[in-house]
Amino acid sequence: MNRAAGQILVEGKNLNKSYRGRSVLDAVDIAVHRGEIVTVIGPNGAGKTTLVKVLMGLVKPDGGTVVKVPGIVVGYVPQKIAVDSTMPLTVEYFLRLGLPRSLSGQGRLQAALEETEIVPLRHLPVQSVSGGEMQRVLLARALLRNPDLLVLDEPAQGVDVTGQADLYETIGRIRDSRGCGVLMVSHDLHLVMSATDTVLCLNNHVCCAGHPETVSADPAYVSLFGAKVAETLALYHHHHDHHHDLHGEVVEDEHEGGRHG
Amino acid sequence: MRGAAMDDFMVRAFAAALGVALVASPFGCFVVWRRMAYFGDTLAHSALLGVALGLGFDLDPTLGIIAASFVIAVLLAVMQKNQDIAADTLLGIMSHGALAVGMVALAFLDNVRLDLMAYLFGDILAVSLDDVIWIWCGGAVVLAGLGFLWRPLLSMTVHEDLAQVEGVNVGRVRIVLMLLIALVIATAMKVVGVLLVTSLLIIPAATARQMARTPEQMALIACGVGALGAFGGLWGAVTFDTPAGPSIVVVSVLLFLTSRIGRSVSAR
Repeated sequence: MNRAAGQILVEGKNLNKSYRGRSVLDAVDIAVHRGEIVTVIGPNGAGKTTLVKVLMGLVKPDGGTVVKVPGIVVGYVPQKIAVDSTMPLTVEYFLRLGLPRSLSGQGRLQAALEETEIVPLRHLPVQSVSGGEMQRVLLARALLRNPDLLVLDEPAQGVDVTGQADLYETIGRIRDSRGCGVLMVSHDLHLVMSATDTVLCLNNHVCCAGHPETVSADPAYVSLFGAKVAETLALYHHHHDHHHDLHGEVVEDEHEGGRHG
Repeated sequence: MRGAAMDDFMVRAFAAALGVALVASPFGCFVVWRRMAYFGDTLAHSALLGVALGLGFDLDPTLGIIAASFVIAVLLAVMQKNQDIAADTLLGIMSHGALAVGMVALAFLDNVRLDLMAYLFGDILAVSLDDVIWIWCGGAVVLAGLGFLWRPLLSMTVHEDLAQVEGVNVGRVRIVLMLLIALVIATAMKVVGVLLVTSLLIIPAATARQMARTPEQMALIACGVGALGAFGGLWGAVTFDTPAGPSIVVVSVLLFLTSRIGRSVSAR
């Protein structure tokens, strides 16, 4: 976390959570600083969404502590959502739902629409926008609150590759202009690589964490995503000390001790 | 036969039906949006149990109905956390369980003679002035509650996690909505009875859907549709000598069908 200079906005220590006997989070530590972009990557079922929900207080951890700076505003972009078509709702109305009464104002709404490049969608039914557009609508709703911490759960889901690059660029720009902390979840390190300061590679436990280039070269990352995926990013790689069995459990390699996470 | 007395009870019936329509329709929007139609049925079915409770403890039956539906609403809210049983299965068990227990409990009260049909299908032509006052005053309170919770309710209906992160106390708002709906159902029962009461909630809302561009418009249009159904049904009941509660529902269904046909014609 070499680039992280600001104050810690939210921090989770030794977080544990299991569902029906299956451990989803195992002694996970994470911190997000002001002005820092932290990306959580990992395969399906790695506990990424659970971790994010625990940090936001939506899910109670079985163990560990979450410390959030009192009074900070969190902007949340949940995993892709579909608004039920039984409710008549325009994009503008959807955005206003997230706007605290004390902050209401046309200027603010217009600014968020422009920042996320969705001005033309304003008066359309929210059910009619595409997946990629909806991600931007959700981002705009989060920005309306003027967040100290922006939390995005798979913001690029359902967005094509060029759209993904644009989206991450937008997120980076938002961080630069607003100086907020960003915590996001992603499947894929490739596209977030340039847009992130810190990567946390999660597979129920923290496999490795650090600067994206370090992580992409980390043996734990390589073993989790396979050499082929990792090679395209890795600057170097060396022998790894553990691999994952079918259940994602860590299996220590016999001739080496210790583990990364 | 037409005299001052007859006019009085018709005025009371119209006042009651209008009041219930204006209160039930906006709540019906949330029932439609949140897919709570079966929840409404379950609360309504618990009403007979409430009647038995009220008579058994020598209370006003309406109080008994409110108590029973509150208990059922809270039970449902608690039991829905157990995800081993699907919500609709749980509702089915509670709904039919409450109805059956209510019938059995009524049978034990053998010193009272009860017009069961009046509870099952409503008896609006027999509403008293007290009933009308109760409907309008209670309705005003319940609508004020809905107005107060309108934005957080909309927000959590669209997405619960998002609403919670944005500061909505989702658990509390949800239980308050359930209790308010229980009150609405206890009131609306007088007009159309246990078996048809959910229709007063959902038919106007469903009819209003395609005419509305915002949630508020949908609620207002639903009020209009509900009032039209209530007036049309009562008028039909008087004119053709048909049962009042079911007649209101029939007119509401006709309005709904008309709106669907109107929509498919205008879509061409």
